[in-house]
Amino acid sequence: MTARTLLDKLWDAHEILRRADGASLLWVDRHLVHEGSHHAFGKIAERGLPVAEPGLTFGVVDHYAPTRGGPATPAIARMIATLEANAAAHGIRLFGLTDPGQGIVHVIGPEQGLTLPGLLINCGDSHTSTHGAFGALAFGIGATEVAHVLATQTIWQKRPAAMRITVDGRLGPGVGAKDLALAWIARLGADGARGHAIEYAGTAVRALSMEGRMTLCNLSIEGGARFGLIAPDETTFAYLKGRPHAPAGADWDRAVADWAALPSDPDAVFAREVTLDAAEIAPIVTWGTSPEEALPVTATVPDPAGLPPADAARVQASLDYMGLVPGRPLTSVAIDRVFIGSCTNARIEDLRAAAAVLAGRTSRVPGLVSPGSQAVKAQAEAEGLDRIFAQAGLDWVGAGCSMCVAMNGDSVGAGERCASSTNRNFRGRQGRDARTHLMSPAMVAAAAVTGHLADVRPLLAGRDAA
Amino acid sequence: MSGWARHEGLAVALDRENVDTDQLIPARFMSTPRAEGYGRFLLHDLRFDAGGAPVPSFVLNRAPGASVLVTRRNFGSGSSREAAVYALVDYGIRAVLAPSFGDIFASNAVNNGLLPARIEADAADALIAALGQGTAPATIDLAAGTATVGDTTLPFALDPVWREKLINGWDDIDLTRHHAAAIAAYRARLAADRAWAIPRGEHAR
Repeated sequence: MTARTLLDKLWDAHEILRRADGASLLWVDRHLVHEGSHHAFGKIAERGLPVAEPGLTFGVVDHYAPTRGGPATPAIARMIATLEANAAAHGIRLFGLTDPGQGIVHVIGPEQGLTLPGLLINCGDSHTSTHGAFGALAFGIGATEVAHVLATQTIWQKRPAAMRITVDGRLGPGVGAKDLALAWIARLGADGARGHAIEYAGTAVRALSMEGRMTLCNLSIEGGARFGLIAPDETTFAYLKGRPHAPAGADWDRAVADWAALPSDPDAVFAREVTLDAAEIAPIVTWGTSPEEALPVTATVPDPAGLPPADAARVQASLDYMGLVPGRPLTSVAIDRVFIGSCTNARIEDLRAAAAVLAGRTSRVPGLVSPGSQAVKAQAEAEGLDRIFAQAGLDWVGAGCSMCVAMNGDSVGAGERCASSTNRNFRGRQGRDARTHLMSPAMVAAAAVTGHLADVRPLLAGRDAA
Repeated sequence: MSGWARHEGLAVALDRENVDTDQLIPARFMSTPRAEGYGRFLLHDLRFDAGGAPVPSFVLNRAPGASVLVTRRNFGSGSSREAAVYALVDYGIRAVLAPSFGDIFASNAVNNGLLPARIEADAADALIAALGQGTAPATIDLAAGTATVGDTTLPFALDPVWREKLINGWDDIDLTRHHAAAIAAYRARLAADRAWAIPRGEHAR
């Protein structure tokens, strides 16, 4: 039998049939829906179709979830009510606003044990790649595809090319999965992995916790890859054991045996191979309006002069939007507010990393800390992290997508500059004319206590980096 | 969705890289029912100033009525929001010519009859330079895989699966329902082969 990649094994296990033109019909083990899925529910309603597998479909309120008090506008309330009505009408388990399991879809899937190695997981959200951290085939889909999965529990897809990013060595203190992700995206470009499924490998990836692995896989889409994958191992199994919806007893043993066979065969061939040295990665911040426009925090603002004309125009446009002057140190850029949250960096480990920097210090700017789920919120409060954030002057709020996507009313004002632990520095992402700098939660904390973009490493001197 | 094989219209150039889906439609408009139309939201914050007035210099305001968009790399990157495609389609765009597209955006486009046609970066440069701030007649021939903009005819790349789908206007749900027996057989095997894949808990069934 020919050597297979993790991608091949997952694909083969889910392929119901393949057409002559190469399109595969794949079985979907988990379908996660949210308020934005209203278009898709509307499409199946138009045709009078039921949800094919309500027991494999799970709903959550996250994109429009209020983080302080009730919904900010009637339109937001309507989006939440529509999801509640659709879930009730189709018999779908909903993690609603008052459910202790509620949170961001890509945080609660793993937390609930709904996300498992060897599954195919779809959600109408591009950051569904997050779940690939468990060795699941997980990818974001659009509304027409969501309707198709609702109606058939299957999806048509062509097998992507396999790409492996190997990161060996050790990440330095204060450097984490976010920096690793931004490093490869800066090197390969925001479309550098387009058409590919990325498998992350190497000693630095193996050393990451599940939280770190989720951050890394989450950002795959920012480099153009619809799929990010990490082979499951003991770290994965330890995270999942005992989770509410994870298998138990004999099912668990059988599952672990199956999962242990998932890693790519030693002689499997990848269409593309990229390697990075973990020791060379510094804390990274974005300076522009695409995640590829990222540099070590020790660098200076890029200068369009001397670049080829097409690149110079793009860089100049980004600098104009971001209000930056070429040649200045990035650490001289003053910020107006901070945000710690999102499906990228709002898990317990992320909050611990930010709190390690903030403890006993005061933020010079206002900011929000939005935990990724109600379970993360409870855990953080049990550890006293909420008090560290509050004493630093930051607002500790409820769980949801919040200021990452600015749909629930949490937004950054026009012209304001935000240090953010999120995933997209696109124009207008956090609010019209808002300026976003992406970085790790620890780096957001460093920006908060200094009032400007800052290297977190000196601020960790004498402290446990968590 | 109705299929199409040939389109004649007007081309316009959007001289930008990385036009992401947050730019194609800002998130704050996405609670709008589709029936109200999404065309007015297309590239909203580039087309309209903070007071809602059209920005005169923006190309879609200078050259209204375009149905073919020529642009730069990584068009439609970012979020999976199909609303980005709705905004283009409802505005009247039938084809986008660019060196590369976001993968999810391209799938969404084809599901709504919008052609994501990949062209060489050099060809995009030349077309964008030739169009400038104006328009030119454009013809798309899906079967031949060619686009004509002004005097230039060039080939574009498109997955053959997607070409067939655009031409035939296929609906995937209808197609898939023909495979109901194969799906049912897979579902039956699942319980035996991967029992652990069925979620445990009080709400599992």
